[in-house]
Amino acid sequence: MLLETKISRRGFIKTAGALTFSFTFAGQVSKALAQDGVAKFNAWVTIGADGTVTVAMPAAEMGQGTLTALPLILAEELDADWSKVTYQYAPPNPKIYGNYHPLFAGAMLTAASVSTPGYWMSMRLGGAQARRVLLDNVARQWSVPVEELSTEPSVVAHAKSGRRISYGDVVRFATVPAEPPQISEADLKKPAQFRLIGRKDIPRVDVPSKVDGSAKYGIDVRLPGMLYASVIEAPHDGAKATQINAEDALKIPGVKKVLPLPFGVAVLGDTVNATLKGRRALKVKWDAAGAPGGGFDSEEALQEYARHARDPNAKAMAWFEKGDAPKALAGAAKTMRAEYSSVHCYHAQMEPMNCVARVAADGQSAEVWTGTQSIALAAFVASSVLKTTPDKIRVHQHLLGGGYGRRIWPDAVAQAVVLANITKEPIKLMLTREDDLAAARPRPMTYHVLKAGLDGSGNVVAWHHRLADENVDAVAAPPRFKATGGKDIIGWRGLEQPFYGVPNMLADAVREQRGVRVHAWRGIGAGYNKFASESFLDEIAHATGKEPLALRLELTKDHPRAQAVIKAVAEMADWTKPRGKDRALGIAFSDYHESFSAGIAEVSLDRKSGKIRVHDYWIAGDAGIVVQPENAHAQLESAVVYGLSSALSEELTFKDGAVQQTNFHQYQLLRMSDMPEIHTRIIVTDNAPTGLGELGVPTVAPAIGNAVFKLTGKRLRQLPMSPQRVTAVLKG
Amino acid sequence: MITFVVNGREVHSEQPGDTPLLWVIREELGLTGTKFGCGIAQCGACTVHVNGNPVRSCSTPVSAAAGRKVTTIEGLSPTSEHALQKAWIAEQVPQCGYCQSGQIMQAAALLAKNQQPTREQIVSHMNGNICRCGTYNRIVRAIQRASKEA
Repeated sequence: MLLETKISRRGFIKTAGALTFSFTFAGQVSKALAQDGVAKFNAWVTIGADGTVTVAMPAAEMGQGTLTALPLILAEELDADWSKVTYQYAPPNPKIYGNYHPLFAGAMLTAASVSTPGYWMSMRLGGAQARRVLLDNVARQWSVPVEELSTEPSVVAHAKSGRRISYGDVVRFATVPAEPPQISEADLKKPAQFRLIGRKDIPRVDVPSKVDGSAKYGIDVRLPGMLYASVIEAPHDGAKATQINAEDALKIPGVKKVLPLPFGVAVLGDTVNATLKGRRALKVKWDAAGAPGGGFDSEEALQEYARHARDPNAKAMAWFEKGDAPKALAGAAKTMRAEYSSVHCYHAQMEPMNCVARVAADGQSAEVWTGTQSIALAAFVASSVLKTTPDKIRVHQHLLGGGYGRRIWPDAVAQAVVLANITKEPIKLMLTREDDLAAARPRPMTYHVLKAGLDGSGNVVAWHHRLADENVDAVAAPPRFKATGGKDIIGWRGLEQPFYGVPNMLADAVREQRGVRVHAWRGIGAGYNKFASESFLDEIAHATGKEPLALRLELTKDHPRAQAVIKAVAEMADWTKPRGKDRALGIAFSDYHESFSAGIAEVSLDRKSGKIRVHDYWIAGDAGIVVQPENAHAQLESAVVYGLSSALSEELTFKDGAVQQTNFHQYQLLRMSDMPEIHTRIIVTDNAPTGLGELGVPTVAPAIGNAVFKLTGKRLRQLPMSPQRVTAVLKG
Repeated sequence: MITFVVNGREVHSEQPGDTPLLWVIREELGLTGTKFGCGIAQCGACTVHVNGNPVRSCSTPVSAAAGRKVTTIEGLSPTSEHALQKAWIAEQVPQCGYCQSGQIMQAAALLAKNQQPTREQIVSHMNGNICRCGTYNRIVRAIQRASKEA
């Protein structure tokens, strides 16, 4: 592939009928262009003589629409005809294709809702620079000043002479400078000049393939001569298989091998059916003595988390500080205190984890076929297995049948490469749903203790939010965890309160270490931290006789974007309209990675069963400039559903270190019959995009809990707010 | 050997009769539009039609298809222009898309029997199909659109 083999640091390469624009902006781009001083990014585009514009795609498509959004941004500044734009996945090379968002600082990773924010400037500069080169070439060819030229979609025009030439035709004679032209932010379009960004009538490019069965996911890959693999994975990292009885398994026709491995026991077979039968016939005993999470019991552990969160002498690390919260609490006229908790949650991506791998005969290189949120991490892990370098691994990226954070970690890639390295035959490893649940990398279980100090007039003058949980960064991003001295950027997200005008605030966390493979899960820390803080704020409102909406408006008075989403959602829901005695509204506000949202839930309750019914959910979001408005609504709605499901029913529990739920009959996801009407409003501002794939998650749980309080006078303090828990609270 | 018809074509499978139809469709016939989600008929991602009825192919032995007509997402329309497929695009339903073949096949079975389903009928018929991206409301809209345009 051209882009893999002919990347030059500067300048363009003329190849058969195509111009490859290959840029390295680092060192060339002014600091003003790079957000937060991080300038390690690159962008590139190929234009063919037929006019086809091929954009290198550095991110994964997992339903969030990035295959459309990123090429569209580049096409905007290139002034390309959208119908001629296509994409090709970029190879795993973070130095060139890394995401420059401050959260990632150049990592090649699709997560945290920052593909559009993190590649926003890369794509725009890439497009603008290519456009400039095209213009310079035409100016030379026609001997006219470049200032007299303009572009229309995929056409360079000279108004004075009436001449026009397509981009594809320019490519036929174009040469490229050794030093690409400097592009600055001033050269980029103003939002009012956008032709593509913000258009409601541009559909997602992947949708047609997803209605006729032609979309290809990792699990759809088939290679000639491949063997199927199923792995009985150790129930927790570090457990060892002590007794393996493979006799019955090997009797099954089609079962080829049973292999004991460091991470479990694998069955290889000719067909899926034979492999799974063999796997069911296999008997394995485990020794969990060396496994850190071997005896983990989530119910017991939560009680311990609670003790640690309450303990004034527990060692806590500060995450957000303003003023002097302990002093202000001590001196407050009145104090309030509340506790909240949440359970582990499973990603439940509909496509179980899988990978196809083929290792070369010498064991020094490999190809892997999978859908991953990080081809770079996949290549790195595969190369580590083979004790070679990542450039020896070719990753064939596929569509992801759901990611939500689960497909960051390439555990299936590592296992498939281990197996293919043994067999030297292609291996298709597929987890069953039961395996996928057992191998869950869940959202952490959490316990929260919150305190507020009020002055004589009931104003909040002090706030302390303490969290006790396992740290996601310690598991999922160890280098960053080390560099920050042990801060959990993923799991603590949302503890901070930059938009509430409380003079003294402290958010800190007590670290639990239980050996659970906690991971990023859509909405990350904000999902549970906002449940606790926005529920607590509701308690404060009721205790001080303030109206919950008015209190949020009062606290955000210095932040117009926060105010705008709160006011918008109040208007959408007609907040002051009486709902009758059987229904009530609850509100919550949340920022998320510099985006803003506010949500309102309208609920009723079956007091016999304890089942909460959410009838309507209104949400207003501001994520700056919106590239794909129709998809933005879809993303907000999708995240609300993710939030609803975890707020109302999802619960992953552990006993003796193992996940107790085996499939969807036990791990309950929200179904169509439980759907509310979801009303979304996107407030478009001229701020650079800040992402909205997860923005809908954090407000849902607290808005529901706050509505239930309004309806019943009872406060729900635990997630999920399942019928069983609600019933217990109503009785108590 | 088990003989049946898939998308109008006669096929023969050498697999044991207890093999789930899903694996024959996906891995033997290469029709990968039908998805594996749970293996226990809890999610609907594997939904196909057997003699016009929606079944969960993960929990249907291939022997049960013998002599019958199986339709998968690839065979729903020769040109991918079934009213539901058009409606799915018009409503921009899919996100990750993994469950959508099953959703569309489940919906197609409903419309084949009831061209004007009520919202309640749609929800009741579709409730066994999970969409983790939460596209449910768009699915309802797409079915309603298709029922109007069919």
